[in-house]
Amino acid sequence: MPYVVERKPLTLSERIYLPQILAGMRVTLRRLFAPNVTMEYPEQRPAIPTGYRGVPTLVKDPHGREKCVSCQLCEFVCPPKAIRITPGSVEDQPDRTHVEKGPQAFDIDMLRCIYCGLCQEVCPEEAIFLQNQYTLSGYTRAELVNDKAKLYELGGTLPDQHFKWDKKKAAAEHGNTH
Amino acid sequence: MISAPKPDLVTVNIDGKDIAVPKGTNVIEAARQLGIEIPHYCYHPKLTIAGNCRMCLIEMGMPAVDPATKAPIMDAATGKQKINWIPRPQIGCATNASPGLHVKTSSPMAREAREGVTEFLLINHPLDCPICDQAGECKLQEFSTAYGRGYSRFVEQKNVKPKRTELGPRVTLDDERCILCSRCIRFCKEVAKDDVLGFVDRGSYSTLTCYPGKQLANNYSLNTVDICPVGALTSTDFRFKMRVWFLKETPSIDTESSVGANTTVSSREGVIYRITPRQNDAVNDTWMADSGRLLYKQVKADNRLLAPSINGAATATEMALKAAADLLVGRTGPVRHDDDATPAAHRAGAPYQGSVAIVGSGRSSVEEQFLTKKLADALKASVSLVSRVGQGDKLLISADRNPNVRGALVTGLISSLPSQQLTTLAADIDAGKVKTVLSIGEDLTAAGLTAAQLAKVAVVYLGTHQNATSNAAKVVIPTLTVFEKSGTFVNQQFRLQKFAKAVPGPAGVADDLVTLASLAGAATRSTVASDLGTLWSAIAAEVKPLALATYANVPATGLLLDATPWAALPFCEGETLHFKPAASAAATA
Amino acid sequence: MTAVIELWSGLHPLLQAVIKGLAVIGVMFPFGGACSLIERKVSAWMQGRPGPNRALPFWVAWVPGIGLLQRLGVFHLMADGGKMFFKEDPVPGHVNKFYFYLAPVVGMIPALTTVTVVPFGAYLNEAGKMVPLVLANLDVGILAVFAVSSLGVYALILAGWASNSKYPFLGGIRASAQLISYELSMTLSVLPVFLWVNVPGGNGTLSLFDVVSAQNGAWFGLWMPLSAIVFLVALFAETNRLPFDMAEGEADLVGGFHTEYGAMKWGLFFVAEYSHMLIGSGVFVLLFLGGWNPLPWVPLADVAVWLHLTTQPILLGLLSIGIFLGKALFFIFLFMWVRWTVPRFRYDQVMKLGWQKLLPLAIANLLFYALLIAWIQTRN
Repeated sequence: MPYVVERKPLTLSERIYLPQILAGMRVTLRRLFAPNVTMEYPEQRPAIPTGYRGVPTLVKDPHGREKCVSCQLCEFVCPPKAIRITPGSVEDQPDRTHVEKGPQAFDIDMLRCIYCGLCQEVCPEEAIFLQNQYTLSGYTRAELVNDKAKLYELGGTLPDQHFKWDKKKAAAEHGNTH
Repeated sequence: MISAPKPDLVTVNIDGKDIAVPKGTNVIEAARQLGIEIPHYCYHPKLTIAGNCRMCLIEMGMPAVDPATKAPIMDAATGKQKINWIPRPQIGCATNASPGLHVKTSSPMAREAREGVTEFLLINHPLDCPICDQAGECKLQEFSTAYGRGYSRFVEQKNVKPKRTELGPRVTLDDERCILCSRCIRFCKEVAKDDVLGFVDRGSYSTLTCYPGKQLANNYSLNTVDICPVGALTSTDFRFKMRVWFLKETPSIDTESSVGANTTVSSREGVIYRITPRQNDAVNDTWMADSGRLLYKQVKADNRLLAPSINGAATATEMALKAAADLLVGRTGPVRHDDDATPAAHRAGAPYQGSVAIVGSGRSSVEEQFLTKKLADALKASVSLVSRVGQGDKLLISADRNPNVRGALVTGLISSLPSQQLTTLAADIDAGKVKTVLSIGEDLTAAGLTAAQLAKVAVVYLGTHQNATSNAAKVVIPTLTVFEKSGTFVNQQFRLQKFAKAVPGPAGVADDLVTLASLAGAATRSTVASDLGTLWSAIAAEVKPLALATYANVPATGLLLDATPWAALPFCEGETLHFKPAASAAATA
Repeated sequence: MTAVIELWSGLHPLLQAVIKGLAVIGVMFPFGGACSLIERKVSAWMQGRPGPNRALPFWVAWVPGIGLLQRLGVFHLMADGGKMFFKEDPVPGHVNKFYFYLAPVVGMIPALTTVTVVPFGAYLNEAGKMVPLVLANLDVGILAVFAVSSLGVYALILAGWASNSKYPFLGGIRASAQLISYELSMTLSVLPVFLWVNVPGGNGTLSLFDVVSAQNGAWFGLWMPLSAIVFLVALFAETNRLPFDMAEGEADLVGGFHTEYGAMKWGLFFVAEYSHMLIGSGVFVLLFLGGWNPLPWVPLADVAVWLHLTTQPILLGLLSIGIFLGKALFFIFLFMWVRWTVPRFRYDQVMKLGWQKLLPLAIANLLFYALLIAWIQTRN
């Protein structure tokens, strides 16, 4: 049902308008001397709150080992299809047995990424994290596709509670071997 | 034909619904007909029943009868016959339908039993899902979602078993993941007749291995990977290539022989990753040969023809088509035969009889053969096919290694069986009768023509890969592989089966039908349809055996054609799965 | 100092005129740029942000204290000017080239011409008589200003029409209607001032210098406030400043008449707008705020006596210019201040305000002061 918005009649000063303009100018004049609300960006930076979703990165475990096993769940879940993984098998390394699989190439197209964090949420190996970095710039489109080396460089090392592959190794050494 | 005996139907009651099934049908299949899924690992419809996974536990009962009088005991409360429920669960796969059988597939007892089985299966199953190729099509994953508890009560350490065992050239085994269902063992024994797999040791040490000194190397070994309900057996070729949930599945046909095994082509973003069998109980059940699974590699082969060329120089498709049409139809064009004493009729633009020979192909689809026939009729050209005969393996590879020789017979492209050598054509070339040869995907040197003979004629080559003929050809027009186009084949049973385009062809390569329709159009001076829909109305109108068919209405399992007109031809195929050659069939009858 | 004056007086009149003309260009162009910088800074401060503060040529970075200039964005002004001169000058294919090129020139001519007839200071000569500092001291004064400055609208119409594209065209149409509408009120609001200045029996004058001389006592703005307000409102409309920014109206017309312009051609429109603002402010100051008289009832001559500057014509002239420019610059600031206070009017509101409010008000104001002045004079 249509309804009529009742407007209250204008007062004399409102109809003359000039006093209203003067009142407005008082406000703008006060703003003129008020301190700035903006931040002068490259020198001043905002404090990043915990849980911030910045640039997605790949992390290593505290022993510096690759955590990603290229299960491609992040590639699957990524809404803008920014992630592209080429899976491959990895050689057995003494500190990293049973993993078998790892990414040969891992590209995140930051021109597509929407920072939704679903990749971090879905990762069964806790290998991908959206960390604090929020600025990205480059001269070409190719520069803004983070490859595996770049992703590990950005990601660094994060603590890990699980050490899933270590447990497998321990079981093998414990003597449950057939 | 011997009509199948009328099945003896019995009525069983599953979850309160009555259904009539042939006697002897097991409960899993009966429930499937009602749309009820009974979870199972070891049961496979095409293999014998082992009953060792215990996942398909159900509750069953029979109508109660008085032991003395055999009179039904009625339930006073419902007024129906009382059911005597067996107090312990039974396995569905080994329970056959018998009159009055009552089954509860999801009663609390059945559920609890399956949850127990699942928990036991999972205690030693590694948490490999992120690196396991089966993830996404894994029965254990699916049933763990339905019957698993979500966390583990197992505090001891898991079993450690061999990982990455090479069972054979194409199969890799991860024993930790194995749930000991024995499907692969039964397949090798019963279907592949190569009994090399088996369990050793007992209890939680049970391990699947190959017989010492042997390998799982038969040409059907990859079927064990397909039927493995978990990721224990994986294809070495597909291992770690791509997760299955990314793959787009396209129905296709195995082209390696005239069996025409139904296949599923799995591709992602225009790249084929694997080929798996597609169930067709009249052709290949759920199996296919390993050799057919590797055919996708021809798509990205190094010697793939990617651009049309005239005299070896790459050119545009239109130019190549025009040059080919000029050579075939005989109008003056950019490509001329130097020593051609051009007859007057030729100069006027009319094709002159017998100067063009067409070598068609038993690998072309029915539609392509139809267009080839149109072209041949318009040019009054002689048509020959090249036959390929190999050793049949009595299972899913027949002696005739062309997938579609019968299509050529059906469309009328040829009327007798092709031979392996093009002796007639060779003679015609030597006699100077033939000036132009159109080869559709056939390597003429492999079919018995010499390089000298090829040099005497102008060769137009339509094909997918480079070979001696394409190197000698005046005009080369690249075509598509079976994975890049749609069409139909007629297999040894005269079964019309269709395949669909799984991936786009290479840029700049025109569809075979477009190329052939363009040539046929130039020859007949009319427009010839090249899209499947329109083309099939023409085929239905002109080809009598296909009068009722259209591409759209060919069922997924194929359309059986009447083979009687060609019953007298001496086909080379021997017996294979679901196929008996007409001669031996007559002999046994 | 006298040597300078003698040298100047000794020059050929034509050479004098050329130097004066170059001086106008040399003052007005940097002034336009400076105004644009001030506008950006004032806008930024009112919006709670620092405004342009980054540019710093590396070869002066070592100068101590240069940081302040950098924070003020002074080098942005230079960078902008340089950019305007050297960037690619796009000319769309569909424009009428001759008029397209002509429009910015037509815009600059009245803007620079009117500057010459506006007095911007005064000094005392040897005879103790006030002499105006003006490039061309015309007797018709205000008439020349009105006549020439109203030609500026042709630039807008020409630009809008020659661009041969719909938004510029609409902008040009709006500009012509708006400028004609407010021209009337503006002229009518000034008449009472000249009714008062032209005392019966004296020499009839329209000279702006005489108007300032008449304000040695009370300023006209004090006892003719309505005239001042009507003139000020009309001035906003005439200079195309917000809230009367109809011709540009980037919210509805992309960029209005200058949509298709770029580089220095666009820059000329920009400088012309600021010149109009400066001249408008100057005329307002001359007419209603006592020109170079520092305060009401405190004429410049008295100040000269107090400061012993009666024999220092150049110093006194500079002082008067300072006073005059100070007042004018306040009005430039007012233009910017209002810009961020009042939202843009709708076009129909602009027309309604011009024809139905300001014009009757200006006529009534004229009649009132005509009768008042007649009554005062009959009493004498």
